[in-house]
Amino acid sequence: MASNGSPLHSAVPSGPLADKWTKHKNESKLINPANKRKYSVIVVGSGLAGGSAAATLSELGYQVKCFCYQDSPRRAHSIAAQGGINAAKNYQNDGDSVYRLFYDTIKGGDFRAREANVYRLAEVSANIIDQCVAQGVPFAREYGGLLDNRSFGGAQVSRTFYAAGQTGQQLLIGCYQALSKEIARGGVKMYSRTEMLDLVLVDGHAKGIIVRDLVTGEISRHAADCVILATGGYGNVFYLSTNAMGCNVMAAFRAHKRGAYFANPCYTQIHPTCIPVSGDYQSKLTLMSESLRNDGRVWAPKKKEDAEAIRTGRKIAADIAEDDRDYFLERKYPSFGNLAPRDVSSRSAKEACDEGRGVAPTGLGVYLDFRDAIQRLGRNTIEARYGNLFQMYEKIAGTDPYTSPMMIYPAVHYTMGGLWVDYNLMSNIPGLHVLGEANFSDHGANRLGASALMQGLADGYFVIPATLPNYLAGQKPGTVKTDDPAFAEAEEAARARIHQLLSVNGKRTVDSFHRELGMLVWDKCGMARNEPGLKEALARIPAIREEFWSNVRVPGEGANLNAELEKAGRVADFIDFAELMCHDALNREESCGGHFREEYQFTEADDDVKSGYTNPGEAKRRDDAFCHVSAWESAGPGNTPILHIEPLAFEAVKLSVRSYK
Amino acid sequence: MNLTLKVWRQKNATDHGRIETYEARSIPAEASFLEMLDIVNERLIEGGGEPIHFDHDCREGICGMCSLTINGVPHSKERGITTCQVHMRKFRDGDTIWIEPFRARAFPVVRDLVVDRTAFDRIVAAGGFISVRTGSAQDANALPVPKDDADASFAAAACIGCGACVAACKNASAMLFVGAKAAHLNLLPQGKPEQDKRVLAMVRQMDAEGFGGCTNQYECEAVCPKEISADVIAKLNRDYTAAAVKEAVC
Ligand SMILES: Cc1cc2nc3c(=O)[nH]c(=O)nc-3n(C[C@H](O)[C@H](O)[C@H](O)COP(=O)(O)OP(=O)(O)OC[C@H]3O[C@@H](n4cnc5c(N)ncnc54)[C@H](O)[C@@H]3O)c2cc1C
Ligand code: FES
Repeated sequence: MASNGSPLHSAVPSGPLADKWTKHKNESKLINPANKRKYSVIVVGSGLAGGSAAATLSELGYQVKCFCYQDSPRRAHSIAAQGGINAAKNYQNDGDSVYRLFYDTIKGGDFRAREANVYRLAEVSANIIDQCVAQGVPFAREYGGLLDNRSFGGAQVSRTFYAAGQTGQQLLIGCYQALSKEIARGGVKMYSRTEMLDLVLVDGHAKGIIVRDLVTGEISRHAADCVILATGGYGNVFYLSTNAMGCNVMAAFRAHKRGAYFANPCYTQIHPTCIPVSGDYQSKLTLMSESLRNDGRVWAPKKKEDAEAIRTGRKIAADIAEDDRDYFLERKYPSFGNLAPRDVSSRSAKEACDEGRGVAPTGLGVYLDFRDAIQRLGRNTIEARYGNLFQMYEKIAGTDPYTSPMMIYPAVHYTMGGLWVDYNLMSNIPGLHVLGEANFSDHGANRLGASALMQGLADGYFVIPATLPNYLAGQKPGTVKTDDPAFAEAEEAARARIHQLLSVNGKRTVDSFHRELGMLVWDKCGMARNEPGLKEALARIPAIREEFWSNVRVPGEGANLNAELEKAGRVADFIDFAELMCHDALNREESCGGHFREEYQFTEADDDVKSGYTNPGEAKRRDDAFCHVSAWESAGPGNTPILHIEPLAFEAVKLSVRSYK
Repeated sequence: MNLTLKVWRQKNATDHGRIETYEARSIPAEASFLEMLDIVNERLIEGGGEPIHFDHDCREGICGMCSLTINGVPHSKERGITTCQVHMRKFRDGDTIWIEPFRARAFPVVRDLVVDRTAFDRIVAAGGFISVRTGSAQDANALPVPKDDADASFAAAACIGCGACVAACKNASAMLFVGAKAAHLNLLPQGKPEQDKRVLAMVRQMDAEGFGGCTNQYECEAVCPKEISADVIAKLNRDYTAAAVKEAVC
């Protein structure tokens, strides 16, 4: 479909792919040390992306203000990452290289990411590991004292660095310590339990934010020479997800309303290995790290009757004979087996369950089985590798994975879409930069495991420090003050919204709306999408919005810690955002990565299926019409958003049908 | 299941606070403890009341945000878990459950069950880091670390900064928290150059924040959701003494 907006300029430097980043750094502007301290930078978010950016920019001499909604920057959602972080170190001598990491990531993203950004990501990946080790991040080591690696989905080399099942925690603590050092030195002023409510634009440039102190309820203005958003992903639009409860789209969506383009919102990642849903009281879903697929085998019974018997408690997994088990990933993707990428693995699990072969009481669950690995390697080895994950599973599910297989089902996990940024990580609003999961740039339509941590830290430690001067050098420092009328307008709007939320005084709780919205988007814009379903969602969302604003009940006052008020603000934005996500999913008439449109899949009639290259039912891209980034401009409440297109040009890789057979 | 809850309610830091009683009816046994509170809160709101405030975020035992004292024990009497990992199947129908905040002089109550733990952040800022500027690091494998040291460092680094150790201690001592941070960094070769400065600064900040001294009660170790060993306290004492002696001599 043709866009109705103007095209976008990605600012990707010319020249051969492998030289672009070096060339760009050489040609980027510099700000001399004495001048750096005259510039102020606002960083919203203290996760891997925001924390690393804030610490590094402060080290360089900028005056930084950093904001997060938790009580401490150490608690950002990055802390929950389990499995690991990729880097092209080739310490295993198994043939890895910057090019291979780049290629796996581009292919993993189903050829919907920007080549130059992905190459840069692979290029700086090695520096990240060096930096983290120097900070004292206790990665797993071999007996010789050198760093250990494991494999992750979508790759045939071992390039994932890890710290047991707590990699995100250890990386974030390293980052938090670097940030703490700068806070103590006076380079960063930290605002915890503070929420960004709006972005302030002065003469079209991002020059500040409006925030609410979550403890006192005080609303205040902050001005700076530029603004960086590193506020994470929007997975909680689905209500149930593996994200922390507070993860939200508010900061990004407020920026969108102020003019920032939102790119590819329909690209959401459904992770194949999560503990299945068990009841409607449930508040979140728990991920079982992808690393488990190094040794666990995924299967479902071949026969529906066996699955039915398991569901009703008449049989257990051990009763199913070897020949009656369908190790469907190994069967369908022999060369990647259980390490097939996430989108592909999730859809296969859904397929098995849709065929009536699910084993959880709800019908939605397949097995992840360690029986063979325990036989081969012994219980001790498995315990050393996955002990904490097995424990976590047992605590939640109440069964012991050493003796009976885990039950898993896909769940919302990560969002590839985000605010549109150029090669400098600057959005279409001058001065507004976006890092980490909050931007859209590196993972295309599907992210490979262990690459979000890599991207967050690449953006914060290495990219933004080099690219920010390209914007700042053109700005006279400290020119904008909070008495500018733009601040007064934004503050007024933020106050009015809070007042409105508190004064509806209806009958329904915020959570009840969030659940309703989540169920709708999971159903219509989840693992599989189609035109009638998306149209139905688009018809129903306005009704949810209308009822929300006329019947929500937000108790308490604004001048206090008020958790319901915080949730209400976030859910209000999720409702509007869900609409945008469905528009994008409807518009993208192809299947790619995590975006599976049922109308576009391979069938027996396709040559690639006849030749055995791919399977029927796999996602079918339409490169002729959709090899582009869809970046949406807000057209105001109730209006269809305006589409801007960034064509994706591939210079170094050849577009191909993605096959993991 | 049906339960009676005795919950600490306190409007804000200056309010006196009191225990209030709530009936929690028809709670599914599969729900987590925090999901049980969600259900209670939804009903409170629907009935025109104000929900019980408590801190939480990841709900999988890693962010360190959740912080309830359940029947007198921080994170409940079950070992090695956080509040968000407590499941209702561990309680019996008809139980009365006491729910209070993590109490300590250095952790003032913000509202209901929410406390202010920023003292921990200030202790880390005093010295709980390795000073390495971004970009100045050498190749990661240039400095091999014996596996045992790396594993011991990792075990200490598992601390999630929840503050249960402080809440459990009758002296409200933060020695387990500080000891864990110091051990994590001091056990690694990268952490050696700043070791003395680190322990002196962190311990002084800890004292300034109003945490009490350690009298070897080991309550901290018993409630730590990451089961961090009190050995880190002994190590901190050794490292501190060594640093203090050097400081006195210099
Ligand atoms: C369970 C789980 C396991 C994972 N495992 C892995 C893994 O093994 N490997 C991997 O590579 N990736 C993994 N991921 C993905 C990865 O953890 C995230 O994508 C990544 O950490 C996001 O980092 P971030 O810095 O962009 O955002 P976050 O860490 O989410 O940080 C967002 C920050 O923004 C702040 N914030 C948000 N909104 C506002 C607002 N309005 N006002 C003020 N502050 C705000 C928050 O307080 C927080 O500080 C996992 C994700 C999950 C859910
Ligand atoms: S909510 Fe994160 S540890 Fe409990």
